[in-house]
Parts: sequence; C-alpha cells; structure tokens
Amino acid sequence: MTILELDHVSKSFGALKVTDDVSFTVAAGEALGIIGPNGAGKSTLFNLITGNLLSDRGSITLLGRDVTRISPMQRCLMGVGRSFQIPQPFSNLTVFENLVVAATHGRGLPEREVTDDCVRVLEQTELLARANQSAGSLSLLGRKRLELARAMATGPKLLLLDEIAGGLTEGECHALVDTIRAIHASGVTIVWIEHVLHALTSVVDRLLVLDFGRLIATGACDDVMARREVQEIYLGIDV
Amino acid sequence: MNWLDTILQGILLGGLYALFAAGLALVFGIMRLVNLAHGDLIVLGAYLVMYLVGALGINPVLAALFAAPLMFALGWAIQRLVLNRVLGPDILPPLLVTFGLSIVIQNGLQMGFTADSRRISAGPLETASVDLGFVTLGVMPLLTFASAIAVILVLNWIFYHTAMGRAFRATSDDPVTASLMGIRPKAIFAQATGLAMVVVTVAALYLGMRANFDPTIGPARLIYAFEAVIIGGLGSLWGTLAGGIIIGVAQTFGAAVNPEWQILSGHIAFLAVLLVRPRGLFPRAFD
Repeated sequence: MTILELDHVSKSFGALKVTDDVSFTVAAGEALGIIGPNGAGKSTLFNLITGNLLSDRGSITLLGRDVTRISPMQRCLMGVGRSFQIPQPFSNLTVFENLVVAATHGRGLPEREVTDDCVRVLEQTELLARANQSAGSLSLLGRKRLELARAMATGPKLLLLDEIAGGLTEGECHALVDTIRAIHASGVTIVWIEHVLHALTSVVDRLLVLDFGRLIATGACDDVMARREVQEIYLGIDV
Repeated sequence: MNWLDTILQGILLGGLYALFAAGLALVFGIMRLVNLAHGDLIVLGAYLVMYLVGALGINPVLAALFAAPLMFALGWAIQRLVLNRVLGPDILPPLLVTFGLSIVIQNGLQMGFTADSRRISAGPLETASVDLGFVTLGVMPLLTFASAIAVILVLNWIFYHTAMGRAFRATSDDPVTASLMGIRPKAIFAQATGLAMVVVTVAALYLGMRANFDPTIGPARLIYAFEAVIIGGLGSLWGTLAGGIIIGVAQTFGAAVNPEWQILSGHIAFLAVLLVRPRGLFPRAFD
C-alpha cells in the first residue's frame, strides 16, 4: 500500500526552481531517507508534503486521497507528523504539556482521551523521567526527543523528520537513532532528511537524492551512495 | 503612625490594585499586548454594574454576575474585530488603537452618563469593619483582597489545569509553533480578552463600591495596574499581586507620613523595584 505519492511536483520561488518535477512514492511501513546538499530543496519538499507550501504543479496523494490543495491542519489530522530542523518546544510548558497540547489540537480530541497515548509516547522517546520538567530546561538531545515526541503525539501514520540528528554528539546521535528505529519498528512510516549519513543509513531502507530541486537518484542506500554523480554532488560539496 | 495598621491597610489596598492589574497581566502575558484602554474598560464595567443595579433593582454583586458575560462578549468582540487586526511584530499599532479605544470609551461614557461622579451603593457593607483588637480592618477592603486572591487562584487553575489554559500558555510561548499544532492563536486571543473582561468586571465592582468614579478616571487606574504588572514580572499573576501590595503599602506609608506623598511614594517604590529587579520579581523562565 502506498502512503504518500508525489507526481511531477514543482515549486518555484520567483525564478528559482526549488522543487523541479519531483515524483516518488513511499510505501506503508517504509523508511525513506532524503539527502542532498544545502539548498537542494529538501525542507521545501517537506513543506509541500505538510501543506505549509502549495505546489505550483503536480499532485500529492496521501493515503489514496489527493491532498494537493488541502490545508496543513487537515493533513495533520490525516496523519502527517513533522519534526523541525530547529527544535521549537513551548519552553514554559512542561514536557508532558507540550505533548498534550500537540495531541489534543493535532488530533482534535479532548485532553483526557490523549493522556494515555502521551505517556506511551514519552516512554517510547525516553522522556518519561523528564515529563514534568519545563521544556526550556531540556538539553539539545532532550529537545530533539521532544520534537520527535510531539510529532508522535499527533498519532502520525507518516512521520517527517527534518535533520533531527544535526548538532548532536556521536553518543547522543546513537541514542536518538535507537529511538527512531523503535518508532519505525512500531509501524510508523518515516521520511527523514538528514546530513548525518551513518545515522540515516542505519534506519532507512532507501535513499533519495535531491540537487537543485531535481531528483537525481533513488534506490537502496549502498547503490545510491556508490553512484558517481551522487558522490560528486553530495560528497564533493559537503566533505 | 501605627506601623502594623499602615502595613495591613497597604496590603489590603494592594488587593484592589491587583484586581485592576490581573486582567492587564493576563492579556499581556498571552499576547504581549499593552491594553491602554484597560482602566477605561474597568470604568465602563463599573457603569454597567451601576446600570444593572438601577435597572433591575438588584444588589451589586448579583449585578456583576449579570455583567460578567456581557463584558466577556465585549472583550471577545473587541479582540476579534479590532485588536487581532493590529497585533503583529510592530508594537506601535496596538498601542495606538487601544489609546483610541480609551478615548472612545471615555467620551461614550460622558455622553451616556454625563461627567458627574457616581457610586455603586453597597449599603451597610461600605462602613462595616472588623475589630481585631490591635487594628480595625474594613470589611470592604478585606473582601477586595479576598476577591483578588480568588481571581488569581481561579485564573491559575484555568492556566494550569484546563485545555484552554494550556492552549493559552502554548500560544503565549510561541504563536507560530502553536498554530502548527492546530491551535488558532486569534481565537485563543479572543477567549483570553473575554476572560480578562470577566476579571475587569470584578475590579469594576470594587472600584464602584469603594469610591466615586466618573468617565475619566480610567487612565489613573491603568498606571497603578501597569506598575503592578511590571513589578510582578510581566504576566505572572502572583507577581502582579505582589506588585499591587508593594504599591499599596508604599502608598499607605507615604500617606501616613504626609497625605501629599501617597501617590508619589507608590511610584517611587515602583522605580526602586525596577532598579533592583529590572525584569520584575517573577519573570518568565524562558523568554
């Protein structure tokens, strides 16, 4: 079953084509990685999927329904969860309250119906011990976990992760990858943009490479990374 | 000067200022909006209570109960129709608009109720007192203080124990992220201003019962309220009560030394606190 399908999607900011005729599908239960140099249009692609940006051309299908023109809120209710590149917790709320707010408003349910789920998500993301701490006092890893937890609290079928491993130490990165792997194993489909390649390839089954808004390669991780154009574009710029 | 008496009277007076300030703190805390018409809205509330007392022949507390939903609706409408349109990164437009609102309310009240000063009659309650042996406290100031505590307890309960309160706090933290979670900040702002107007109704009740009021006394009330909010740390409700008490005690001490010094000493206390704690007594943990 296909959970997400992009069909010839394009988006321009003025004369700049940030997404150029991109087509791909994500199967239910899959974990897909998206890589590409800075400015390749990775985050824009996420904004198109969540509906924060509307595409100029092409169509986006979510769970069999054409969502090209529907609002971010409705897509969230349909099951799209997202973490942001820069964690934006509600600093003056506790960790638990951050989740409760995301869950009640992201799913349109009263608080008492979401609290059990929130506790489960806290457990899953290893934040249970920090549940009553204010979110502003969390470490970077804690904030990244909260970002993940908040996306999970909306009960997503499709989880979009935007450079969630960036800025973490090696050890923290491993801890976070374990959590993401566990979330994936629980049946959530993941699309993950990441520069930290070893973190990414330890979770995802398939890679997709973007450059100047165009999709230039897709396939199994090792195959994609072995391709000459990928090494030139990706490693040539980033290393 | 009886020290204990002066301090106690000052604390009780602080309760009145905290009541004036609680609505202002609530609105400022959630949407970072300084409502320059806040004092005038209190006066408007006092006229509404007075009108209801006269029209329905009921006691002022009951009249305030009737006035509260009307004031909620008024606040909700002002936010929806006027203030939401000017809230943004620039702080000047909301200041100008609320300043304009203040002028409209003052002149509207003068047109409707003349410039004569009025009072809401509370009967024997006005002069009732409790003799504690060492000091005698007025029942009205005691009720005012108790109401201030009750208002703050209820508001804090709403803030920390209800879905609406969490949405308030999330929006206060970061309206953009809140909107990504499915919260609609403009709807939250309207609810918050409505709630603030309910608090204003309580403040109006005591303003009207304790002293004479006329359509133009709003701005002076705004200054005390604003000082209490700033001392409190901009948005903290218990801090606002502390701010009100500090100003109240300073004023009664000033008055005890020389009646001309009452107002001035309140302002001096305010400046002194700012010198020591520029962010107020209880600033937000993360800004």
